[in-house]
Amino acid sequence: MITDLRRRLTIETPEGVAFTIYLAGPFTRFLAWLVDCLILQVASWFVYGIVAAMTPIVGNMGVAVLILFFFASSFAYRIGMEWRFRGQTFGKRLLNLRVVDSSGLRLRFSQIVIRNLLRIVDAMPLFYVLGGVSMLFSKRHQRLGDLAANCVVTYLPDNETPDFKQVLPGKYNSFRDYPHLEGRLRQQVSPQEADLLVQALLRRDSLDAAERVQLYQELGRHFREKTTFPDEATVGITDEQYLRNVVDSVFRGKR
Amino acid sequence: MIIDLERFVAQEQPYWDELQSMLNRMEQEAGAPLGLEDIKRFDYLYQRTASDLARISTFSAEPTTRRFLENLVARAYAEIHETRHTRDRLNAKQWILATFPQTFRRHIRAFHLTVIVTLIGCAFGALVVATDAPAKGVILPFDHLHGNPSDRVAEEESVTEDRMKGHRSQFSAELMANNIRVSITAMALGMTWGVGTLILLFYNGIILGAVSLDYIASGEIVFLLGWLLPHGSIEIPAILLAGQAGLVLAHALIGFGSEHTLRERMRVVTPDLVTLIAGVSLMLIWAGVIEAFFSQYHEPYLPYSLKIAFGTTELIMLYVYLARFGRGDDRAPGASHEMVTAGTPTQ
Repeated sequence: MITDLRRRLTIETPEGVAFTIYLAGPFTRFLAWLVDCLILQVASWFVYGIVAAMTPIVGNMGVAVLILFFFASSFAYRIGMEWRFRGQTFGKRLLNLRVVDSSGLRLRFSQIVIRNLLRIVDAMPLFYVLGGVSMLFSKRHQRLGDLAANCVVTYLPDNETPDFKQVLPGKYNSFRDYPHLEGRLRQQVSPQEADLLVQALLRRDSLDAAERVQLYQELGRHFREKTTFPDEATVGITDEQYLRNVVDSVFRGKR
Repeated sequence: MIIDLERFVAQEQPYWDELQSMLNRMEQEAGAPLGLEDIKRFDYLYQRTASDLARISTFSAEPTTRRFLENLVARAYAEIHETRHTRDRLNAKQWILATFPQTFRRHIRAFHLTVIVTLIGCAFGALVVATDAPAKGVILPFDHLHGNPSDRVAEEESVTEDRMKGHRSQFSAELMANNIRVSITAMALGMTWGVGTLILLFYNGIILGAVSLDYIASGEIVFLLGWLLPHGSIEIPAILLAGQAGLVLAHALIGFGSEHTLRERMRVVTPDLVTLIAGVSLMLIWAGVIEAFFSQYHEPYLPYSLKIAFGTTELIMLYVYLARFGRGDDRAPGASHEMVTAGTPTQ
C-alpha cells in the first residue's frame, strides 16, 4: 500500500462529487517566499536607482517616494499578484503553489488583503517564527493570516493527462487468447494494484536500469500469483512485457 | 471493476479541454460577463467532468487522470458555486460616503472598548508622570519629550528659520509609513485573541496621558493643543479604529456566544476588516501630511488659535462623517453578513 504523506483537503460538492486539493508544506512555501523577497529586492534596487538619478530634480520628494515604495511594496506586491493571478505570486508560480479559499470557492479580494496584512503577526518575533509554528501545528498548514482569511496554499497538479500510449503500445498481447483468464485477472487485481502498475510503467524512463529490472521482476512475481496463464502465453516474454500485458488486459476490458 | 481508461480518456478529453480553455479565459478576463449560452455550456461541461471524476474515483485508481480531473472540477466549482456578493470594481464614492462609516458603526462596541482601554492607559500615564516625574524618561519613546515642556515651547517659539525646509516630504512619508504599520499591527494582533491589540492601545494611551499631563502641569496647554490637535484629531481616532478592527478580528476568533463555526465567523468579518484598515490608512495619510506641513509650525509662524480651530474643525467633521454618513442604509451594500453553505471541506 502506498501512503501519500502530503496533507490534503477533500471538498464535497453539492452534486456529491468529492475532490482533493493537496496542501503545501512550510518548506515549499518558504522557498516561494524567498523567491518573492528576491524579486522585491531587485525591484527595490531598480526604483532606488531611478530615484537616485532623479534626486537633483525632485529633491527630498524622492526620499519620500522611496520610503513609501519600500513600505507599500512589501504588501502591495503580494496582494496585487495574488489578486491578478488568482492566488499566485511569481514565487508561488515557480513552485507550482496557489492560494485558494478553504471551501474551494473563489478567492476574494478581502481574503487576499487580510492574509497578507497579517504577515506582520506571522513574522513575529522574527523570521516568521509564529507563522511557521502555526503552519506546523495546523491541520491545513495554515499560518495565522491564512486562518483569519480562510485560505489554504495548495500544490497545483500537472495539467496533463497521462500518455497511455506509453503504457499500452497496442502491440500483440498473448493474454488475449485466454479471455476467461483475463476475466479472472480483472477480478483479482484491485484498483490500487492497477494504479501501482500504471505508475511503474509510466515512470519507466526515470528509473535506474538495474532498479527498474528488479522492480519489474518483483511486480511480475506478484501479478503472476494472481492468475496463472499457460506457458504458451508467457514463455519468452520479459517481466516488463508481462506487466504491459496485465495492464492491457485490465484497462482495455473486453474486446 | 476497472474502466477502460484509454478509451475513457480518449472519449472525454475534448470536453475536458473545452472546460479548461473556458476556465483559462474566465480567469484571465476576471469580471467579464459570460453570455447565457456560454453559461449553459460551462455548467454542462462542469457537470460532465464532475461525473467523470466520480466514475474514475469509483472504478479506477489511476492517480494522474484523477488529479487532473480534480483540478478541473475544483476550478470550475469555484466559479460556479461562488454566490457571495462580490464587488470586483470598487465604487470609491459609495465606499467613502457610506461603506466605511457604516462598517465603523456596525462594530461600534469594539470601538467603545478601544476608547475605554486608551483612556485607562491615559490615566495610568498621567498618574505615573504626576507621581514620579523622572519616569517619563522611561515611558516616553521620543527624546524631545524628556525635557521640561516650557523649555521646549520657548525653544520652538524662538526659532527664526524653517527647520522643516527640505525635509517635509520625507518626514511626512516616514510618519505615514510608521503610523500605517502600527495600525496594521494593531489589527493583526487581534489574532492574539485581542490581547496584543489591547496592550498596544493601552501603551498608546500611556504615552498620550503622560505627555498631556506633563504639558498641562507646566501651563503649556495652548501649545499642547496647537501642536497635537491638527494631526492628532485624525491620527488618534485612526489608531482607535485600527484597534477596533483588531478587536473585531479577536471577537470572530473567540466566537463568544456565536453559533457559527470559526470559518464562517472569519468569512463574515474579513471584508469589514479590510474596509476599516483601508479607511484608517487614508486617515493616516492625511494626518501625515498635516503633521509634517502644519503641526510642526508654532507661533510666531502660525497662531495657536488657527491651529486649534483647524484641529477642532477636523475632529467635528470626522465625528459627523463617522456618525452620520450612510445612515438609514446600514444593512445594505457593504454589510457583509453572508454565510457559506456550499461545499463541505473535510480533512
